[in-house]
Amino acid sequence: MKDVLPDIEAWRASGKGVAVATVVKVEGSAPRPVGAALAVSDAGDLAGSVSGGCVETAVFEEAQEVLRTGTPRLLRYGITDEMAWDVGLACGGTIEVFVEPVAR
Amino acid sequence: MTDRAALHDRLAAELARRTPVAVATVVRGEPFGAKLLVLPGEILGSLGGPGIDGAVVGAARSLLAAGRSETRPYPSPGGEVEVFLETFPPPPTLLIVGAVHVGQALCAAAKPLGFDVVVVDARAKLATAERFPLADRIVQAWPDEAMAELGVGPNWYVAILTHDPKFDEPAILGALATPARYIGAIGSRKTNEDRRRRLADSGIGPEELARVRAPIGLDIGATTPEEMAVSILAEIVAVRNGRPGGMLTAASGPIRGAIPGPEPVLAETAAP
Repeated sequence: MKDVLPDIEAWRASGKGVAVATVVKVEGSAPRPVGAALAVSDAGDLAGSVSGGCVETAVFEEAQEVLRTGTPRLLRYGITDEMAWDVGLACGGTIEVFVEPVAR
Repeated sequence: MTDRAALHDRLAAELARRTPVAVATVVRGEPFGAKLLVLPGEILGSLGGPGIDGAVVGAARSLLAAGRSETRPYPSPGGEVEVFLETFPPPPTLLIVGAVHVGQALCAAAKPLGFDVVVVDARAKLATAERFPLADRIVQAWPDEAMAELGVGPNWYVAILTHDPKFDEPAILGALATPARYIGAIGSRKTNEDRRRRLADSGIGPEELARVRAPIGLDIGATTPEEMAVSILAEIVAVRNGRPGGMLTAASGPIRGAIPGPEPVLAETAAP
């Protein structure tokens, strides 16, 4: 999360709402380890990552919901038959991502 | 301002101060999203009650010492909850001895990797903020004297780049007197052999000498200052992560995590 702090501070300083998504659990192989974070603003800014790019767009959408409602969410991404061609991790692992608002 | 924002601000302020800190968050079960900030002498927030708070603080402190973050289950009155324990150990420090061209490239490359960078050189013309705009600290002093005062600890990595025996040998001796995790010294194989002989003649034992990685860096054929910075940093990252630093195609097994067993032997320096 430390790596996205400067972005978070800059967005907040300009009055934007900010949510942070953090990898809290990894099962099997995953592109980014526990603690990796993606920061998102309500103006559409993105910094950092929770996967190698596989699930960022989906997490971004969830983060917008979290900013709208003010309620955190726990997301789970992995490979399933129906997800394989949609949103998922190509490397076969499963990750859990916690999304919370920092400022709204 | 919400509690959440206040807690975030406090976390950011403590991280800027290099405080070792941990954050616990309920990520499954109730109170979902509750947070606890664990500081060296202070606890802020709560996960719902003194029982779980106490257990989580203890776990957070040991994970912080181990430099790991993880999600753990805890029993609670309303059923099991899962708590994400995220730790923020203080960042490592890279001590660059010699405010030279390679040092500039090394400083610029090390900052994005999360290192605090300290530059030491007695030469006032070289050790300037203009030449090292990203350095956290620039010390105009003789390296061995500076090293005694800087409080070099086990989370420090020392790159000796002066290219001049009258600076780099006292720097090596100064670094050897500290528990620095990494000591590397620049120089050709010939320079290195001569230096090693002089240090041995002055009474430095083989075990001490084996702590000095010289020639510094991984074997990538680096020639420009920027390439040398990559080579040196790659070696430092490998040491930090407990890895041998070869090509992944030549290895097998997991790509991340320390390789169990003793530290990789320094072939170059282990020989008499």
